[in-house]
Amino acid sequence: MGRALGVLIWLLTLGSVLLFASGKWWFPATISEHGPEIDRQFMRTIIVVGISFVAAQVALGWAVWKYRATPGDTTRAVYSHGNNRLEIIWTVVTAIVFISLAVIGQRVWAQLHFVGAPPGSFQVEVVAQQFQWNFHYAGVDGQFGRTDPSLIGSSNLVGLDPSDPKSRDDAVLATLVLPVNRPVELTLRSIDVTHSFWVPPLRFKQDLVPGMAIHVHFTPTKTGQYELACAELCGQFHYRMRGYVIILPEDEHRALMALPPDQFQSRVGQLRQQIPISY
Amino acid sequence: MATMVTGTKEITKKGKRVADRGSGKSGPNGHGSRGNGGDPGGGDLAGRFEPDRYRIGMWVALAGIAMLFTALTSAYIVRAGWVNDRRPPDWRPLVIPRLLWLSTALIVLSSITFEIARKGLKRGEESVYGRWLLATVFLGLGFLASQFVVWRQLVGQGVYMSSNPHVSFFYLLTAAHGLHLLGGIFALDYLLIRTWRKRQGEFEEKKRLALAGAVSLYWHFMDGLWIYLFLLLFFWR
Amino acid sequence: MAAHEISGEVHRHEAPKSFIRKYIFSLDHKVIGIQYMLLAMTSVLVGLIMSVLMRMNLSWPGTKWPILGTLFPTGAPDGVMSPEFYLSLVTMHGTMMVFFVLTTAPQGGFGNYFLPIQIGADDMAFPFLNMMSFWVTLVGFVVLILAIFVEGNQVVGGWFSGLGDWMQGGSGTVGPIGGWTAYPPLSALGKIAGPGQGAGMSLWIISIAIFCVGSLLGALNFITTLLNMRTRGMSLMRMPLTCWAWFTTAVLALLAFPVLLAGGILLFLDRTAGTSFFIPGGEVLTDTLITTHQGGSPILWQHLFWFFGHPEVYIAILPGMGATSHILSTFARKPIFGYRAMVFAMFGIGLLGFFVWGHHMFISGMSPYSAMAFSILTLSIGVPSAIKTFNWLGTLWGAKIRFTVPMLFAIGFVSLFVAGGITGLVLGQTSLDLPMHDTYFVLAHFHLVMGVAAIFGMFAAMSFWFPKMFGRMMNETIGKIHFWITFIGVYSIFVPMHIMGIIGMPRRYAQFAENGQSIYHFIDPADPLVKFVTVAAIVTAVAQVLFYFNFFWSIFKGKKAGENPWEATTLEWTTASPPPHDNFAGVVPTVYRGPYEFAVPGAPNDFIMQTETDAELASHSKGTSGNGHDGHGH
Repeated sequence: MGRALGVLIWLLTLGSVLLFASGKWWFPATISEHGPEIDRQFMRTIIVVGISFVAAQVALGWAVWKYRATPGDTTRAVYSHGNNRLEIIWTVVTAIVFISLAVIGQRVWAQLHFVGAPPGSFQVEVVAQQFQWNFHYAGVDGQFGRTDPSLIGSSNLVGLDPSDPKSRDDAVLATLVLPVNRPVELTLRSIDVTHSFWVPPLRFKQDLVPGMAIHVHFTPTKTGQYELACAELCGQFHYRMRGYVIILPEDEHRALMALPPDQFQSRVGQLRQQIPISY
Repeated sequence: MATMVTGTKEITKKGKRVADRGSGKSGPNGHGSRGNGGDPGGGDLAGRFEPDRYRIGMWVALAGIAMLFTALTSAYIVRAGWVNDRRPPDWRPLVIPRLLWLSTALIVLSSITFEIARKGLKRGEESVYGRWLLATVFLGLGFLASQFVVWRQLVGQGVYMSSNPHVSFFYLLTAAHGLHLLGGIFALDYLLIRTWRKRQGEFEEKKRLALAGAVSLYWHFMDGLWIYLFLLLFFWR
Repeated sequence: MAAHEISGEVHRHEAPKSFIRKYIFSLDHKVIGIQYMLLAMTSVLVGLIMSVLMRMNLSWPGTKWPILGTLFPTGAPDGVMSPEFYLSLVTMHGTMMVFFVLTTAPQGGFGNYFLPIQIGADDMAFPFLNMMSFWVTLVGFVVLILAIFVEGNQVVGGWFSGLGDWMQGGSGTVGPIGGWTAYPPLSALGKIAGPGQGAGMSLWIISIAIFCVGSLLGALNFITTLLNMRTRGMSLMRMPLTCWAWFTTAVLALLAFPVLLAGGILLFLDRTAGTSFFIPGGEVLTDTLITTHQGGSPILWQHLFWFFGHPEVYIAILPGMGATSHILSTFARKPIFGYRAMVFAMFGIGLLGFFVWGHHMFISGMSPYSAMAFSILTLSIGVPSAIKTFNWLGTLWGAKIRFTVPMLFAIGFVSLFVAGGITGLVLGQTSLDLPMHDTYFVLAHFHLVMGVAAIFGMFAAMSFWFPKMFGRMMNETIGKIHFWITFIGVYSIFVPMHIMGIIGMPRRYAQFAENGQSIYHFIDPADPLVKFVTVAAIVTAVAQVLFYFNFFWSIFKGKKAGENPWEATTLEWTTASPPPHDNFAGVVPTVYRGPYEFAVPGAPNDFIMQTETDAELASHSKGTSGNGHDGHGH
């Protein structure tokens, strides 16, 4: 039984490692500036994780094989209550490795969250609701029109105040259109319950909390069209709160932002159909 | 073999409750069992009465109750400071209802009467005990009554739980405290009943003392908790 | 309360005579322990069935399941599971498993039964409170089940719809929807926020609040008993590690559950009393502006919930760790490696466990600086966990392992705890949480530690202590087959989920395809994994029948067990199987040595019981080496 168990543990370990290392399933290619560092940190961590996992399981499997009681063996186990020196050594080593990982793992977080968006970032207001995404663009004047929840309705999804001159050129679309290689600042809001903005290739996720306006920033580095999913349970149709993010070359994006709202909308509609979805 | 396991000394410290400090360290490969024979402080099965049990149990219970009010306090503090990005802050503290000063006096007094009662019990003066215990019960009931009147007054002024967050917390915290105090009053009633209808048994005196001690812990805690809540609701910020 | 006060008699409460006092409203910790175990075994079965239903919907969405259509015409019209039905399953599965399985059996079940015996006491400190803690918990369970029925108008639901209407009106679905975490504003706004937010959610909150009270009563008992009722010679450092685990768990419960209770009260008030603890202003639902609430903070709930929620997961795992240490030592025939380190590691885990709750909330909108602090603290908690793992391995080194069923599960625990715990290194880092939060990677992590390792701890404990509780052995062959299938099964189910998370598959999605079309292309590559996991889940779930059969059959037909069938050392093995009403038949056990004295050189057997004096040892015939005795009574 000990041998069989040892072998089983090794096989399960091997299988798990192969699953991870197969290359068949992995993150989608990253499309943001901070993405590669996240991927590198993930690799560093998963290597530590992998080594620890394999070492522990191999040791376990080996121990149950080697130290099984065999029939007819009347000798006893080693009488030992432990080894303080060993305890100290492996505690210290573990602590150093874990804390180091923890500290390095703050780097990208600090870049994204300890500093605000750089000046000149492209700004969009994201307003989530059950069960769709609304993106509020400032228009040619670069100023966001006033919004008020009391004005929200099915024809005015973010509650734009029509009496505010700044809102005249504002557009509200179901698609997020961003420029490549330029910092983007999103102001995240929700009008009903908590949602979460999740675009896997961006390596970025953030909750949208009612009552809060959360400012986030990142820089997309690849053009294309990408899927946006909600990552916080928001009701029965949480599973199909799907949106799209289109990332365009700078000049195309600029031209798009110069269009009046209805042309902007229809052009984006075309782009939605034309650009293949990357995943 | 002489190197039998260590730690098999006869237990000589029986009767002394020694919090175990753990025995010496083991050598590199350890031998012997851990722990010298410190007295565990547990009761024998041979029916020795353990007054500490009620006291320890009460402290543990109070730790739990303290956590409840700690959680409510932190919710209170967070809510007071929360700024909704599109609405003006809605934290408008109540003016202290005057009757609450009476509440405070009643509950502080009740702690004093309880202590007088307990001293009487320790001296064996049953009638002193009974009388002052009863006084404590009435003062406790008086406290609850004054709380109830304050709630009625507020409702009469149109100040409801949903009116604003400070009021919500006021009702919630006083209700939570009041409920626990009511439990304390039931405990006091139990003590009273046990005094009026004495039981047989060699440990009855000690038991009643221990129970009274445990309940007094609870009662004083409720007193202190009230003062704390009073300060939190009306003097913080 | 006269019955259970010490009055100079040997036991504090007389052995009961009537059936009701013996088996229903019993003050005996042994009966109460079994009651908790039965509650857990019921809850886990229901939760397991729910999880299989969930897996089936994920693999084959849109399929008509006739039986579902009959039982739940609202939730699964025409036999097709609605998303609301799926999400109710998610909610109820999580709630039942975390609360009514992982927070009952390990502590209230095994702890209640064996803590008093292992420390040499005749019962818990407060037997009446002990009984109340079980019945309160059971009421909580009943209320939870009720929550399913007030929401909808299923076959039975009609009877309860009056209650539902009185509370808030059912919303025509099955059960509350919120996950076991019930985040507001979704959970606070009531029916207007969607199906599953009506009366069922209110009852869910009430159920949890009741559960909090039951847990607190239990924690009080455990702590007082351990501090006050240890027998002669049972110093703290001679206690079995199971007792240390139950003690630490009770302290965690004492300090964590009140916070959940507070949060639950606030949430309930938001729903029913018009308060705004968690509901901000300007909410617009179904085109209606809500003017009755404003100024609340949804994140406040998360803080309160996770301040409880994180210690809760340690409450779920610590007893399993204690049992594993105990069982590994027993069947390795070797002392536990590093007893003191094990105790301090438990303290470390318990204490640090209170300072890391924010790692559930990195991207919640809370301060990113707090997030960083939580992150670093979180990875520190890996250190005491690692110490325990090293020590378990150290216990096996140089051992003479007997592969009994409890030992198999204890070894499985170590393997699974490593597998599940180690990915905490990924999730605990803020930067890596950005891609991993709310994906199947998280599901893989917590299921491996809670849903598998902790369960293995329970299987180990059950097969270990069954002979003591019921006087009979469980069938070893069935036990071994059950172990092999389950061990392979759980790895097959949960390791692939890491990959699904890496691909980006989000949690709590009712389905990934609609009308035959997949909804998100980025999830498509996971398809073969999804199907594989479902098949593994079904096989593993079915295999649990073996355990249930073994359990009930062995109670009546199992081979009779003696006092100490495992040749173990702790106090429960010095008394009859099952123990008499006062546990030790009037004898006060006296303890002379630590709990893991195996393989002591020169001793007549390869184990020395805690109650054995040196004189007794010396008087045993020399030349009897080892392994053939059937326990020493006292």
